[in-house]
Amino acid sequence: MIMLAFLAQTLRIAIPYLFASAGGVISERAGLIGLTLEGYMLGAAFTAAVGSHYSGSPWIGALCGIAGGVAMAMLYAVCSLRFRANQIVVGIAINLLAIGLTRVFLRFIFDSSSNSSRVAGFGSETGGGLAALVSNPLIWLGLATVPALAWVLYRTPFGLRVRAVGEHPDAAASVGVRVNRVRYAAAALSGMLAGLGGVYLVLDQHQFTDQMTAGRGFIAIAATIFGRWDPVRVALACLLFAAAETMQIQLQGMKIVPSQFLEILPYVLTIIALAGVVGRAVPPAALGKTTEPV
Amino acid sequence: MNSKVRDTLVEGVVPSVVALMIALVVGDILILVFGESPLAVYRLLLEGTWGNAYGLGQVLYKATTLIFTGLAVAIGVRAGLFNIAAESQLAAGGFAAAMTGLLLPATVPAVVAIPLCMLAAMAAGGLLGGVPGVLKARFGAHEVIVTIMLNFIVLALLSYLISAHFHVPESLHTEEIRTGSIPRLTAASSYFAGSAANFTIIVALIAAAAVWVLLFRTRAGYELRAVGLQPEAAEYGGVKVPSVVIRTFLISGALAGLGGINYVLGYKHYYEEGFASGAGFLGIAVALVGRSHPLGIVLSALLFATLSQGGLAVNALVPKQMVEVLQAVVIIAVMTSIPEVRRALRGARPVPAT
Repeated sequence: MIMLAFLAQTLRIAIPYLFASAGGVISERAGLIGLTLEGYMLGAAFTAAVGSHYSGSPWIGALCGIAGGVAMAMLYAVCSLRFRANQIVVGIAINLLAIGLTRVFLRFIFDSSSNSSRVAGFGSETGGGLAALVSNPLIWLGLATVPALAWVLYRTPFGLRVRAVGEHPDAAASVGVRVNRVRYAAAALSGMLAGLGGVYLVLDQHQFTDQMTAGRGFIAIAATIFGRWDPVRVALACLLFAAAETMQIQLQGMKIVPSQFLEILPYVLTIIALAGVVGRAVPPAALGKTTEPV
Repeated sequence: MNSKVRDTLVEGVVPSVVALMIALVVGDILILVFGESPLAVYRLLLEGTWGNAYGLGQVLYKATTLIFTGLAVAIGVRAGLFNIAAESQLAAGGFAAAMTGLLLPATVPAVVAIPLCMLAAMAAGGLLGGVPGVLKARFGAHEVIVTIMLNFIVLALLSYLISAHFHVPESLHTEEIRTGSIPRLTAASSYFAGSAANFTIIVALIAAAAVWVLLFRTRAGYELRAVGLQPEAAEYGGVKVPSVVIRTFLISGALAGLGGINYVLGYKHYYEEGFASGAGFLGIAVALVGRSHPLGIVLSALLFATLSQGGLAVNALVPKQMVEVLQAVVIIAVMTSIPEVRRALRGARPVPAT
């Protein structure tokens, strides 16, 4: 029974990571650095809350959330592809923009500096057990994202193009692939997927709170790297990070390990993976290099 | 003026000016959304900052920290490196300064204690900066990801140290340092009474001057800029690129770490969790708008400090968080206009949208 509760909580924590890191994979495989995932999630969480607030329907909320995530992603894509601005800096600014805009419009729409009013969502509001979990359609969608992304990336012409423009954009262009068009599409998908991660948070908690993504977008990018940009491995990394977080929550009362030590686990693992202690994590060759003529 | 000098000036100044104008327009729109008059809001913003002694003091105080983090980011940018971990280096520097001030007996005079605390702050920041430097130079690990991850790690560990060992009960700060406090500006002129402005700003200006000398008047600075412009060419020219990378990160971390004294030695006299919050990312904005030039950084630090402080002043009319939006807009606008200006200077037509 304890095991089951552990698994349920791990899954609950893992879903936003699964969504966001799927967005990270598709974006980075196309050559766009995924530092913006946090901003997509936060922006989408807010628009989802607004949509759900005005319509009373979590489904409309989810659609608004997706629109919010895609809008943020398009801003990022236009800056880095059309204007060839530095992806890292613009990416960080997009995250700051998401924090600022959500705070301003939280005041404007909900007249609060901390949270939205209660909105319609999925599942029970108090969290509940396994029953509440399985009744949330976003849980199933999140799990389905993993095989779907693997199929798109490795088995479809679009996936082949995404991988091509992320590794050898010049070669892809020379055989007629419209490099930037593929990248815009990948960015939109990334905004949609990461956005769903934010949507999940809002509809699960039935409200938007200031900075509610709380660094989850960065955990997702850590999982993307730790899983070496492969959908299945990245999903496993998400589950691993979520399990560590669950342990941190459950051990908190017992004072065996300081909670901060488990908190930093994903980040430490990612640095180790990057430094190549156990099998080097090598990013897509053209990652971040949109300043070159395409 | 020869055309090369003119081009450099145009490339240096135009993107920042364009960015500020775009931010102004976005700001107007947001203010109008809230049904207020932009002129009234901007007037309130200026009155609340440069218009009175307390506001000006707060601007100078906030600018001091931003000069340090801005310089830290800029020196990396000059070498083609991104130090995103200035926030945690700043926090660690502040922590080290506070620990030094706590360990030294109260009898140690300020002239000895202050430099010791400053050295500790620089050492802590530099040490943390060294980690991404070494990982990049030795293993090729991308410094951006490493510094982002390090930010989380260091801040979590500092939070552990404070909450488990060093905090005053019922708080998230340490005890007050016994020695090593830096006097407030009030000590020199009662004009600044009540504000947090202190003599750390002199240290910041000296640091800016030192970075200018390092970058533009020394061999090490020449090598650093050569690596930033074209690492392969620098390598071919005999520059040891890995050691330049490590050296740059050490200096960058030390600059950010030194910034910690503004809060710890100059303002509160203790380390408090979260004091560095946001200063690292703002340092990126400061460095970019200042175009990674020490003089530009001092000016843009004053600008961003004015915005931060001004947000509080206009909060009655529009949400203070509006300035966060403006700060982000400035960064995005600078970054998108730099390549455009460069292309315009080269006389090339802009690349059509695809």
